Amino acid sequence: MTEEITMKKIDTFAEHGDDGATNETHIEAKDFSLFYGDFEAVRKVSMEIPKQKVTAMIGPSGCGKSTLLRSINRMNDLIPSTSATGEMIFDGHNIYNKNIDVVTLRARVGMVFQKPNVFPKSIFDNVAYGPRLQGTKNKQELSEIVEQSLRNAAIWDEVKDRLTANALGMSGGQQQRLCIARALAIKPEILLMDEPTSALDPKATAKIEDLIGELRNNYTIIIVTHNMQQAARVSDLTAFMYEGVLVEFGKTKQLFTNPDNPQTENYITGRFG
Amino acid sequence: MRLETRKLLDKAFSGLGIIAIGVMAMALLLILTPIVVRGSKAFVFKGTIEFRRMMLEQFDRGDPDKFNQEAASTAAARAPVYLMMEEFEAEMKAMKSSERREYKAAFKEVEKSIETLLGPIPGERKPVLLRQQYGQTRWERTLVKLHEALYSEEWDYSNADAMGLLVEKPRVEQFIGTKLEPMFPYLEEHISDMMLPKTTFYWRFITDKSKDSHIFGGIWPEVLGTLYLTLGAMIFAIPMGVIAAIYLCEYAKEGRVVSFLRICISTLAGVPSIVFGLFGLAFFLNTIHVSNSKSVLAGSLTLSLLILPTIIRSSEEAILAVPRAYKEAALGLGAGRWHTVMSVILPASLPGILTGIVISMGRAAGETAPIIFTAAVSVGAPLKIWETLSQPTPALPWNIYNLCTEHEAVDEIRHVQYGMVFTLVAIVLLLNLFAILMRARISKKLRG
Repeated sequence: MTEEITMKKIDTFAEHGDDGATNETHIEAKDFSLFYGDFEAVRKVSMEIPKQKVTAMIGPSGCGKSTLLRSINRMNDLIPSTSATGEMIFDGHNIYNKNIDVVTLRARVGMVFQKPNVFPKSIFDNVAYGPRLQGTKNKQELSEIVEQSLRNAAIWDEVKDRLTANALGMSGGQQQRLCIARALAIKPEILLMDEPTSALDPKATAKIEDLIGELRNNYTIIIVTHNMQQAARVSDLTAFMYEGVLVEFGKTKQLFTNPDNPQTENYITGRFG
Repeated sequence: MRLETRKLLDKAFSGLGIIAIGVMAMALLLILTPIVVRGSKAFVFKGTIEFRRMMLEQFDRGDPDKFNQEAASTAAARAPVYLMMEEFEAEMKAMKSSERREYKAAFKEVEKSIETLLGPIPGERKPVLLRQQYGQTRWERTLVKLHEALYSEEWDYSNADAMGLLVEKPRVEQFIGTKLEPMFPYLEEHISDMMLPKTTFYWRFITDKSKDSHIFGGIWPEVLGTLYLTLGAMIFAIPMGVIAAIYLCEYAKEGRVVSFLRICISTLAGVPSIVFGLFGLAFFLNTIHVSNSKSVLAGSLTLSLLILPTIIRSSEEAILAVPRAYKEAALGLGAGRWHTVMSVILPASLPGILTGIVISMGRAAGETAPIIFTAAVSVGAPLKIWETLSQPTPALPWNIYNLCTEHEAVDEIRHVQYGMVFTLVAIVLLLNLFAILMRARISKKLRG
């Protein structure tokens, strides 16, 4: 029996550079496949996701982009009978190594879901949930983290007067930004966003997109989206997936203006999908 | 389908729905009304001077001065009755023995019915049984006993082809021409002076011990026993049930074993309660000896087994109804399974779990069969909390059955029977109400 690998980060926030211009690889998939039972939802994907950049994943419904995203913090474990082959390397470890401590992994890879999924608790308790899990008990410290996270998620001004109100009373867009604040409060290095604006109106969507623009300096963001304009607007890199296969992955500008692959071109020009 | 047809179908269906609900409401009304009306008579009734005498002597309650006044006035009203009886006895003594024999048996009956009605005849030895030391304590029973004192029941067998016919004959006819003759009309006329009926509010019916096996007093030992048994069952069943449900929903791998377990739980829910009772006797008392005799502990354990399936199933439903998004959110923030359950899933499923608990609490409070062999006795003192580990207890459901079927004076204590039913229903309703309020509060908090 090998020893359990904890993914606990050594250093915290300070680790993030301020210039945001590194070209380091943060996450690397090597021939990574993910199966639901016999169905191969992600097929031998290999890609290097750079640090502190926004990477968008696009593709038609069912192409495996969400599955790939959820593989990065092993959220697919919730679904029975999933299995993975190949490697997903983060911080020098294959996170699908069975000795990996998933809980510490998820504390470093935050996630924002398609539908705002705030807890039926107060706004404060929602944001403080993660820090409390990590053992922060000091009230003062907690409030600081909560305030900072809410500020980072650009929602502080809207909620500062009603932190004790139930989060379910907020609008959908506010809830989604609260979810982002909640994810930021655990000080992750990577932020996974699974179609974060698909349940929101255009105005709320614009706010979230602005937010992504601000967060890109401190976090590695991977966003799955159905909206190609959104991918073009917010991302540095774009990956196009089709039927589980990574068809093309490159700089967003290039992928949208001059794609290498005819399939990509067909998709972004709206000929299918 | 044409628009009219659809409309007609919709109307027909909503009509059926209203009828169904109406029938249900009627049934509920039909069941509850007599329970409430008759049950409340255990608490509010016309009490006689005998009731006040009993309360003063047995429970040390009431104003002695006022009672003495009343007692004096009733004694004055009763004096002619006793006097006439005495005179008649003297008259009898003077009779020839053949004549005397004719009256003797009839007079004995009169004497007895007067004692039942008014209590022991002054100057005679105090009877041993408590119930014989007092006359009728309740006005409605007084009237029944008065009737028995005034009329004798005889069987008329004159028609040989038919069954015997019960006929009532005025007793006065047996004593025409004697000194006892005027006593009967006097009794009928002055009964209310002799008994002084007064509307009595006896709320302590719930908190009083019973005297002379429920002839007098209240039902506190039964109420307490029911509370002990219900709470005891909850103490065992809630943690076991909720933990089992969490395990089945969150930890166990779906598969044959879990399906089989689920079938077992459903089957357990369908086992007749008497089987649980016998199992409790065989296992808790005879095999593992949780106590030397029947006890509240053994009864609680048996009841907890009975309600366990309900709690598990309803908790499971509640846990499965928690949006997956909550679970994903918690796990996504780095919460472990245990933490996810405790901080997100349990709070969100609490209203549903509480519903199951409420339903099973009502069931545990009202079950009779499981406690017959494991916990219940027909007469007993209220238990101290530590005595529940070793002592049996009276309990409402069992004592209702017992008082209605096996009591030696079933007819005399109808008010106690109905009072117990009323109290049991009230306890269950109150428990439910409490839980419903709690649930509403929690849901409101969850909804924001």
